[in-house]
Amino acid sequence: MELDSLYQEVILDHYKHPAHKGLNPIFSAQVHHVNTSCGDEITLNIELVGQRINSITWDGQGCSISQASVSMMSDLLIGKRLEEADVIVKSFSELMASKGTSAGDPEILEDAVAFAGVSKFPGRVKCALLGWMAFKDAAIQAQTNE
Amino acid sequence: MSFSVPEIRKDFPIFSRSVSDGKKLVYLDSGATSQKPASVIEAESDFYRFHNAAAHRGAHQLAQEATDLYENARAEVASFIGAPGGPDEVIFTKNATESLNLLAYAMGNAQPGNRFALSAGDRIVVTEMEHHANLVPWQELTRRTGAQLAWFGLTDEGRLDLSDINSVITTNTKVVALTHQSNVLGTINPLAAIVARAHEVGAVVILDACQSVPHMPVAAADLDVDFLVFSGHKALGPTGVGVLWGRKELLEELPPFLFGGSMIKTVTMTSATWADVPAKFEAGVPNMAQAVGLAAALKYLTNLGMDSVHSHEVALTGYLLNKLNAIETIKIVGPTTAQSRGGSISFIVEDIHPHDLGQFLDSQGVAVRTGHHCAWPLARRLGIPASTRASIYIYNDENDCDVLVDSIVQGQKYFGRF
Repeated sequence: MELDSLYQEVILDHYKHPAHKGLNPIFSAQVHHVNTSCGDEITLNIELVGQRINSITWDGQGCSISQASVSMMSDLLIGKRLEEADVIVKSFSELMASKGTSAGDPEILEDAVAFAGVSKFPGRVKCALLGWMAFKDAAIQAQTNE
Repeated sequence: MSFSVPEIRKDFPIFSRSVSDGKKLVYLDSGATSQKPASVIEAESDFYRFHNAAAHRGAHQLAQEATDLYENARAEVASFIGAPGGPDEVIFTKNATESLNLLAYAMGNAQPGNRFALSAGDRIVVTEMEHHANLVPWQELTRRTGAQLAWFGLTDEGRLDLSDINSVITTNTKVVALTHQSNVLGTINPLAAIVARAHEVGAVVILDACQSVPHMPVAAADLDVDFLVFSGHKALGPTGVGVLWGRKELLEELPPFLFGGSMIKTVTMTSATWADVPAKFEAGVPNMAQAVGLAAALKYLTNLGMDSVHSHEVALTGYLLNKLNAIETIKIVGPTTAQSRGGSISFIVEDIHPHDLGQFLDSQGVAVRTGHHCAWPLARRLGIPASTRASIYIYNDENDCDVLVDSIVQGQKYFGRF
């Protein structure tokens, strides 16, 4: 069933057991993003040590796709340097824009290739990108704050 | 005409297609926009095919035909909503949102001495269940004028809390703007006490009738409101046409909002005077084909009989509410019985986010709306980030409700598998 390509097991697993949820009081920047069409919201804290991402924590409410995506993203980006994170974010954004034509690069995206199916559902791409756009915004603000 | 859903469905070309790989279309999103009968599609296309010209302009036959069709559409609307002052009280807009903005901007143009002039110390009253279209324009008007925004709160069941009308509608209230039927809760608001208090203090009552005019008999004069708005596309009509009805004497005092061709009486290089209503509020060449399409839609509803439309919806709403109430893991948002409520039924399914549920229902051919339904403050008041909404209309039947509920149960199994 087409729906199964959207709701991969690993996605529903992250939805039920989200990683890095709960805001760390120590952060370099905090952002709040909303998906105005559906009301999904996320607050995301990023803590930089030099150019390295020491922590990402978040809180929010939303559908399984938006929540699992930010959970998996946090796992993927914590400990990375900002320039490495840029490559990952770009790769994920390209995957989301692929309209189902790309399977994603597992070398770069690891488990997040599970979101490849989302790109076949244009209405859900925004859900998957909510946390990633929040991260991009937070990373820029954190560097400005330095 | 007797009311037969199978017969009605034959009039709607869209029901001859399937969705989601061959599944029957179960369209439960008429609260967002209704489907269109062939007679509406044909009326709109026939205008372009045979009569197209700019209404109220041109010295030729086509211009006269376009003018006649457009003005006949206005008369059809006036008759449908029981406008006491006839067609002159009906203004065509782009949609209900534009109708409400027209009122808010026009009031903002009122100078001291005009009854619509607002200043600090005046009050505009809304309710906590308003669609953004009947909230944000008033927020902005109060910001521009210094007037104060106040609102009726809600009971936990999703009805207006009218326990203290006099302290909400104070003597300095100039405008009371509220929905006739909530697009989320389905609640039909009782108007008599609110209208009486508003008129007692000299305020005008503006009714957002988007969710009522398509679904039940609505007579502007009987409701005793002062302005009423609705969208054509939720009432079987095309997109791009909405209605603002107002009492003639009020429309005459209200300043215009959009300026330009058609709305003037005289123009010099430095000034202009305004045409009589309704032309004063219709600047530019209007959406003629859409107005003609709306007239065909209202004729279709009139042929069915609005009493029959309403009875059908009350029965079907009760049927669906009963089925949903029977499932412990489903919580209805809003009144749980068909008493004083319409067929917009929002609900929450335990452990499944509405967006995910909507996606699953779509895979079963069931079209619903998910999210905050353009009433974000209401969602906050109810303490829910989002809900799923099924909204019914003339072409829905018990089978559609059965498919919805069966699909919800399947969705629970689908998302419960891990």
